[in-house]
Amino acid sequence: MIVMEPVLEPSVPGEILLRASNLRAEYEAASGGIVAVDDVSLSIRDGEVLGVAGESGCGKSTLGAVLSLTARPPLYVLGGELEIAGRKLSFDPDHAPPRLWRGSVVSLLPQGAMNSISPTIRIGDFAVDIIRAHEPGVSRKEAIDRAAERLEQLGLPARALSSYPHQLSGGMKQRVVTVLSTLLNPRLLIADEPTSALDVSTQKVMIELLIELLDRRLVGSVIFVTHDLPVLRMIAHRIAIMYAGRIAEIGETEEIINRARHPYTGALLASVLVPEPQIRRRRITGISGAPPSLADPPPGCRFHPRCNLATDVCRTTQPPQVGDWHQYAACWWAQDHQGEAVVSYL
Amino acid sequence: MNENMNKPNDDDIVFAASGLTKTFGRSEKAIRAVDDVSFAMRRGEIITVVGESGSGKSTLARMILRLLPITSGTMALNGTDVTRLRGRGLQEYWRQVQAVFQDPFSAFNQFFSVRRLLHRSGKLLRHADVDLDSRMRAALEQVGMHPAEVLDKYPHELSGGQRQRIMIARALMMEPKLLIADEATSMLDASLRATILNVLFDLRADADLSVLFITHDIGQACYLSDRVLVMQHGKLVENGPTEDVIFNPKHDYTQRLLADVPRLHDVG
Amino acid sequence: MKLSRFTSRFYVALGIVFLVAFFGTLGPLLFTGKDLTTVVGGLYDAPSGKAWLGTDNLGHDVFTYLMYGTRSSLIVGVISGLIATFIGVVVGTVAGYVGGAVEETLMAATNIMLAIPQIVVLVLISVALDSRSVTSVAIVIAVTSWPWTARAVRAQASSVRTREHLDIARLSGANTVSIIVFDVLPYMLSYVVMVFVLQISIAILSEAALSLLGLGPSEGTSLGLMLHWALAWESVRNSAWWAFVPPTIMLTMVAFGFLLLQSSLDEVFNPRLRRDSGRKRRKRIASARTAAEAAEAATTSGSGA
Repeated sequence: MIVMEPVLEPSVPGEILLRASNLRAEYEAASGGIVAVDDVSLSIRDGEVLGVAGESGCGKSTLGAVLSLTARPPLYVLGGELEIAGRKLSFDPDHAPPRLWRGSVVSLLPQGAMNSISPTIRIGDFAVDIIRAHEPGVSRKEAIDRAAERLEQLGLPARALSSYPHQLSGGMKQRVVTVLSTLLNPRLLIADEPTSALDVSTQKVMIELLIELLDRRLVGSVIFVTHDLPVLRMIAHRIAIMYAGRIAEIGETEEIINRARHPYTGALLASVLVPEPQIRRRRITGISGAPPSLADPPPGCRFHPRCNLATDVCRTTQPPQVGDWHQYAACWWAQDHQGEAVVSYL
Repeated sequence: MNENMNKPNDDDIVFAASGLTKTFGRSEKAIRAVDDVSFAMRRGEIITVVGESGSGKSTLARMILRLLPITSGTMALNGTDVTRLRGRGLQEYWRQVQAVFQDPFSAFNQFFSVRRLLHRSGKLLRHADVDLDSRMRAALEQVGMHPAEVLDKYPHELSGGQRQRIMIARALMMEPKLLIADEATSMLDASLRATILNVLFDLRADADLSVLFITHDIGQACYLSDRVLVMQHGKLVENGPTEDVIFNPKHDYTQRLLADVPRLHDVG
Repeated sequence: MKLSRFTSRFYVALGIVFLVAFFGTLGPLLFTGKDLTTVVGGLYDAPSGKAWLGTDNLGHDVFTYLMYGTRSSLIVGVISGLIATFIGVVVGTVAGYVGGAVEETLMAATNIMLAIPQIVVLVLISVALDSRSVTSVAIVIAVTSWPWTARAVRAQASSVRTREHLDIARLSGANTVSIIVFDVLPYMLSYVVMVFVLQISIAILSEAALSLLGLGPSEGTSLGLMLHWALAWESVRNSAWWAFVPPTIMLTMVAFGFLLLQSSLDEVFNPRLRRDSGRKRRKRIASARTAAEAAEAATTSGSGA
């Protein structure tokens, strides 16, 4: 089994492309607000792929929407700051984020993107719309030519542009949509579950495409939102694990997978089913209990009701971030066991 | 195909399919969604059918459940032909062969309480002199739920995991011989998925139940099953014990499929 | 259903419909003393204290006629709406759920009905009837107006058919009737209500069209019949506006009220169509921010202590 290694190195190691701080976003609901992203800060280097993983309802897709400036009702960004490629933006309810950032600075590949193109238009029309949203003067032919050139550059058939969405297979559609949503060379691409609806073989091709986009510098960095940890291992440099609206742990991919420090990361990894001999030898128990309601999260560490290692302090006080911006675990246990992996304690 | 796997004269065989075929459409444009599929299941065996989207695995499940007419081929439950059952006979078949589906949301009629859902299925048991109420409670307890807490709830008051467990309880209430689980855990989170798979796993021992588990996820197949069937373009391309199929695949397609599965650890 | 889900459009529509309904049902009970046979003046007397809206070509009180006419129109609308909705829903649901040859047959019949201009069929049937009561006019309208309902409901039923709960119902041994009644129809209920409201307004307008041609109810009156007589006796040339303006306004209000009700119900059942008001949104954010800041302050002071 050959495992694909992340093939790229940040072109200027250490250069920070995106710095997000104290993001908070809320869904408006009849029963009151549901804070789905609560005080999340993170930074991404140029050329980096950051995986964001967690269970459904942990806020990972919401974080993607906030970072891509696509939050729309009933989701409201309550506060936080964003700095992308030297440009600063402060989330403020009275000022909408600059519209032109979308697509050229940040671009979102939404969940189920391949099924989001109107079935009655040709793929090429979609490309024209994308380009004209930013450069209204571009002629239709020129826009199509640019899209065709980009597709061919990446080894995809340019004739896809004259097809209707239903004429392409799922995997092809997803790849074409990905290429088109990066036509404007965004500095940051946020891909929300880009591989989840695909079969394993097309998943792999999709990931190769993302790596090529990075290699050719057609996108600066990628935030890859998924529930699928094994997929992240194929592409992500770092992984952020979210739980109940917060980042539980963030770190280098191999560190997270082999030496996780947050009990939630450990439990999540232990319940991943991969076709490897060890999973046939033992019983996998999952994680007892259910994630908390975000309308009324538990005090202290939000994972404590389900955590085997929880102590009194976990039940009352929000845990510290143990580590630096690049790699940390928000956990009292990790605070007391510096440098240790949690796996042997679970 | 593995001829030796299909000897229906084995006493332990619960279910046997032979040459099952389903075509959609007519004449030249017809699509063979399931093409000459034969296999046999033993008592208490968990068999997984794996395949990519469009491989025909869900069509196969719906044929076995008699929700889709069968174009050709035969199937037998405990040695009795069930391919063309109708009316009372079909109801008796559904008492012995039950199913859990993929989507824990759309599988519920949102206007029915859990009690009404279970009562409706319980009508299949009306000729079988059983106390429906105690059956219902026992089945819910079997999947780790408290009957008093959930019986009067409506689907929107339950989480995805709870709903899926109730769906399993609904099937188990009939004390079936064969349970078809069509992507029954695909829409659940990893932590909950393990719990549901364990429920199925334990039933095999406790209730002598055979499970036909249908999934695109080879990891789940590897964890759960005794035997794995691999489908491609409607055909069964590999059929064997889990260890053989997953760790030593023979067919090209299975090899390719496995090579593309992302792993957590490098295999030595 | 919470009241907050209703929009102001809905209340306006409901207000108009209630106003018209009160006028047509309670009106004849409140303003007694005159009925359809009472002659209060001569040909096209102008409005006065005796006849608030003047008189018609035979010297009847237009106001009294308007009340009874509105009542007939509403009766035709409701009866016809009920029958047409019933036929349309039954045909559409059976076709959509059962599928196959049954669907093809039912839809072929529906399409043939749709292809024949409704007004032609209406006129032919109406001419064939010797005497036409309000009810028989309603039935005639109903049997010609169900096809589009059947088509629309079939599409809805086909989409419900793909839900897994129907497979669960079949695996539970439920028969087709039980599945249609308990598993398919409830999912379309909101749609059926909207269809019914729309059918009412269509029936009222169809009745007016028939009556205008002289094919309306042969006894009593209706808004369309009033217009018919106003046209026949040349009220326009005589400047007797009171003979044709009131029924026209009433007809417009009835049809508009029901159409508005239908489209506002669409918003109620399908919240995505609603628009959030900007002011409300900013207010919510402002309050959420204050709450967030308060919480932050509380944590800071808490951890400091």
